[in-house]
Amino acid sequence: MDSVLLVHRLQFAFTATFHYLFPQLTMGLALLIVVLKTIGLRRNDPAYHEAARFWGKIFGINFVLGVVTGIPMEFQFGTNWSIFSRFAGGVIGQTLAMEGMFAFFLESAFLGLFLYGEKRLRPKAHWLSAVAVFVGSWLSGYFIIATDAFLQHPVGYFTAADGSLQLASFWDFVLNPWAGWQYAHNMCGAAITGAFIMTAVGAFYLLSGKWTAHARIFVKAGVIAGCVFSVLQIFPTGDGQGKMVTDLQPVTLAAMEGLFQGQSAAPLLIVGQPNEQQGKIDNPIQVPGMLSVLTYRRWNANVRGLDAFPKQDWPGNIPLLYYSYHIMVGLGTIFVAVMVVALFLLWRGRLFNARWMLWILMLAAPFPYIANTAGWMTAELGRQPWLVYGLMRTEEGYSKVVSAGNGMFTLLGFMGMYMVLGILGLFLLRREIEHGPVAGPATEAK
Amino acid sequence: MASLWFWVVAVMVATYVVLDGFDLGAGAIYLLAAKTNEERRRVLRAIGPVWDGNEVWLLAAGGVLYFAFPQLYASSFSGFYLPLMIVLWLLMLRAVGIEFRAHIESVVWQDFFDTIFSVSSILLAVFFGAALGNVVRGVPLDASGYFFEPLWTNFKLGPQTGILDWYTVLTGVIGLVTLTAHGSYYVALKTDEDLGRRARGIALLCWPVQFFLTCSSLVATYFIRPEIMVNYGKHAIGILVPIVVFASLAVMLWANPKGKEKLAFVASSLYITFMLVGAAFALYPVVLPARNHRYDLTIYNTAAGVHGLSVGLVWWALGATLALGYFVFVYRMFRGKVQLGEGHY
Repeated sequence: MDSVLLVHRLQFAFTATFHYLFPQLTMGLALLIVVLKTIGLRRNDPAYHEAARFWGKIFGINFVLGVVTGIPMEFQFGTNWSIFSRFAGGVIGQTLAMEGMFAFFLESAFLGLFLYGEKRLRPKAHWLSAVAVFVGSWLSGYFIIATDAFLQHPVGYFTAADGSLQLASFWDFVLNPWAGWQYAHNMCGAAITGAFIMTAVGAFYLLSGKWTAHARIFVKAGVIAGCVFSVLQIFPTGDGQGKMVTDLQPVTLAAMEGLFQGQSAAPLLIVGQPNEQQGKIDNPIQVPGMLSVLTYRRWNANVRGLDAFPKQDWPGNIPLLYYSYHIMVGLGTIFVAVMVVALFLLWRGRLFNARWMLWILMLAAPFPYIANTAGWMTAELGRQPWLVYGLMRTEEGYSKVVSAGNGMFTLLGFMGMYMVLGILGLFLLRREIEHGPVAGPATEAK
Repeated sequence: MASLWFWVVAVMVATYVVLDGFDLGAGAIYLLAAKTNEERRRVLRAIGPVWDGNEVWLLAAGGVLYFAFPQLYASSFSGFYLPLMIVLWLLMLRAVGIEFRAHIESVVWQDFFDTIFSVSSILLAVFFGAALGNVVRGVPLDASGYFFEPLWTNFKLGPQTGILDWYTVLTGVIGLVTLTAHGSYYVALKTDEDLGRRARGIALLCWPVQFFLTCSSLVATYFIRPEIMVNYGKHAIGILVPIVVFASLAVMLWANPKGKEKLAFVASSLYITFMLVGAAFALYPVVLPARNHRYDLTIYNTAAGVHGLSVGLVWWALGATLALGYFVFVYRMFRGKVQLGEGHY
């Protein structure tokens, strides 16, 4: 790959991956905080309000980091991908501008009220501000997914005389069928991160014998939500997303599954290393016929392999795409298993004393981040070599005026900056967890 | 249609500068005006619940610019690559400075974040002023519709300009002084006692500099870009711009020593709005002038398709109404002088 293109791609991939560590938690927590506030309001139970306040603080730290790492995403469309912006801005500008107008204003206005206005607002109004933050953050997610869906499966556009894409139908574009499944799948992923983190903090408190009353609320809410969303993540949302890839990006499906040769009764690979040079999988462990069932619902259905497509249309990095997809699916399956067992123990009333299970729930905390990241890598590596599927190749879209040296300068700058932000964020989150749910905010202590 | 969107973007940018301008200005005077920890917390309290919402105007204006003028977005953002990235880093540092300071009660920790907050606010004010200067002066666009500016060349206005030359340094300083005064009026409005007095004092010191720089910037702009007078000659309404600019300067001078902070703040907001609107008025229909006028980017050669722009009017009107509603609500919730005691910061 040419080195200028590589620098631009690396910078976007790095900043996007780092950025999405924060919104996946804030979107998930926004939902759970609304649940906690609702229960607190209905039962008039202060412990639930304290729990919501504690998670509000965790949310606040992540929100700041999500905002500051999010601004570069919007900027980079223009700075690093200007040829692409000129080409597709007439369409995707719609959703990016709407995100600002509808989601960011809502979220930022009400987050201030939620975090700092609890004493000024009546309880109902404070609950409403939590709901507004939730709606804002989930709307924001939709606008971004709709933008990405256009890159994956362009609809609702026409090509103008100057070669650029322009909007033909607003509703076709905004209600892209690709966006529906991707949004559902992505938001389940965010809810899983929120649920696993809430559960893990609760499990940590229970294991260390601290704030056990609040910890039980965390674990209970986290396990119920975690179980519901882990199941939804696989069926119907993951399945729906997979069928869409089968229909609309068959070459991506072949690469994800590591299917070099098309065949009927295609097997589903569980483990194995793709060997692109020899066009086969090394050390395969597979379930015969399963891929045909999952894609076409028939044992004998013929699934097209990579050999059915010209090599220049293959996703550029097949091994990474293959591993991302398998890591995502593997972890997703483990999440269901963990959460179903935890829910069973909760139902039998044994979870809070089952230390082995609490250990598992605590140590599970990082894995939803890995699964969500791997999922996005699957989507975006799978789209390659296209920037806008079938319309513009990635190598055509970057800013020709920005040299590799200038790109490297800013890439290194982002790496340094994000390392500092990451360390600061972890440090502050650890402090909040150490302070626990019922210590007042630091400024009130004096 | 494109003209309408030109003014929508201009108004959104002006709104951003007026709103985020006061919290940037508050950051600029932060170390000077607020001496004790308690005073610093008061300043942060004054901007804390609103600064993030103010900054959203930058994102929203950027988004609308992208939507309405994708070709302008593509050319200008890639051409101003380095300064934009530096602005991003400064915005990050500043946000962290504001939000993370209060988490730990330690003089070392707080002094560190105080300095980060203040220095990044000052630099952002300078960069925004210089950015406006670059747009007014024009950039080395060529037939491809693209350009790339290094941070500086030789500080002269040659064919290959840098982001910084004598003219944009001048506009950068105006940006800093204007926002410093703007922030001082806001801090004076939201606080009292020593802190409020010091903020008023800083604003008083800013005034002659602001007046002198405003006059010299008008002369300098006419000197480097005489075409700015064309629209003013064509449309008599343009005369409003200098009238409002100098009238607001006069009001600031009069209101500040009398303790009428609200009036001074409103005047400062009007001053900023009309300086920006005046620049937009002078440029229209050009959106990014080229050093060689053949390659000017205008609303006509950068706008998105007509259908997209018409659809946008519907949701923009709805979104802007909602946003206005939130802002009125939030500013009402946190109105009056700040009280310490509850909540964060």
